[in-house]
Amino acid sequence: MASMRDIKRRRDSIQSTGQITKAMKLVSTVKLQKAKGRAESTKPYSDLMYETISNMLARSRNINHRYLKPGDSHKKAIITITANRGLAGGYNSNITKLITNGEFDKEDVNIIAVGTKGRDFLVRRGYNVTDDYSEVINDPLYTDARQMCDKLLKEFEDGEIGEIYLAYTSFKNTVVHEPKLLKLLPVSVDEIKSNSEDTTPMNYEPQEDEALDLIIPKYLCSLIYGALIEAVASENGARMQAMDNATSNAEEMISDLSLKYNRARQASITQELTEIIAGANAIG
Amino acid sequence: MADSKTIKLLINTPERVFYNDDVTMVELATSEGEIGVYPDHIPLTAVLVPCVLKIHQDGEVKKAAVHGGIVEILKDKVTVLAEIAEWPDEIDVNRANEAKTRAERRLSSKDSNLDVARAELALKRSLARLGAAD
Repeated sequence: MASMRDIKRRRDSIQSTGQITKAMKLVSTVKLQKAKGRAESTKPYSDLMYETISNMLARSRNINHRYLKPGDSHKKAIITITANRGLAGGYNSNITKLITNGEFDKEDVNIIAVGTKGRDFLVRRGYNVTDDYSEVINDPLYTDARQMCDKLLKEFEDGEIGEIYLAYTSFKNTVVHEPKLLKLLPVSVDEIKSNSEDTTPMNYEPQEDEALDLIIPKYLCSLIYGALIEAVASENGARMQAMDNATSNAEEMISDLSLKYNRARQASITQELTEIIAGANAIG
Repeated sequence: MADSKTIKLLINTPERVFYNDDVTMVELATSEGEIGVYPDHIPLTAVLVPCVLKIHQDGEVKKAAVHGGIVEILKDKVTVLAEIAEWPDEIDVNRANEAKTRAERRLSSKDSNLDVARAELALKRSLARLGAAD
């Protein structure tokens, strides 16, 4: 049986760990509230954007546009949105798993990393990380998304990459976050379902293919921006949950150790008494 | 105006819902030119360029700077998806002025590797800001 001193030392150490995880949970809760608010105010924009695009594509099914078919290159770019910090449960590894377990060929993949955790992991695994926007995740702005988007579109047009994917954690609610792999380019017409059956003829200014030229980049931008914002909310949500679990585990261990400590204390008192009585008997 | 017909105007940016109300008329600039939208407009989807967006409501005119995006016009509804939208009091006039001079200087210089499209866009943006702030 471990000595009293050992048990006490262990209990104290767990207690201070528990204090840290508790504080971290509170911090993530506050950050989550903020990120959630931001995610909610972004939603109308991306929803409307999605609706416009899907209506447009539904009305012009037979359109042959360069953004709607894969590029010549077999290279695939994957925007990988993870966190800069750990201690968020499976948050980071869920995203990297999407890439390592997916049907991607290591040689054909260019990683655009947002978040150092995912970047470091993929570098260790021998993936080719072409761009790093890790500082963006601290406070994502729309201009960051546009910068990323512009660069990728240029590479797509130059034929350096053939497809663009986006790996991020979608924020459903405070407790449910879902890792998602989304194909950005080519925009697949079949996946985008127009939910409105409205067939009012729509005029386009400029012509449809030119309009698509201008609108699709904006659509991608809004998707990337939305993903960044949702990822921040999910990260804090995941961390909050992880820290909540850690805190309750620490509490459980503390009560377990307290019991052991008290037992050990009682045992040592009993033993001392037995020794004293035995000693007194020997003298008497 | 004799009739008090209104059209619903919704302006959204990635950061917030910028405007959502019924208006009598809205003026904006698309890539094909400036247009004014009254109720019962033909359905139209157009690409927005940086411009001063004028909202006419109850005889008053409100101005806002919008910087690129798309506009979807339906019979009774105008939806503007702008990348940035600002009210006049949110605009830093000095900064916009500086940006304007910078863009003009870049455009007038004979630098061969000048990104003309980008400089022109910067100029348009600063002009939109200044126009709205006036």
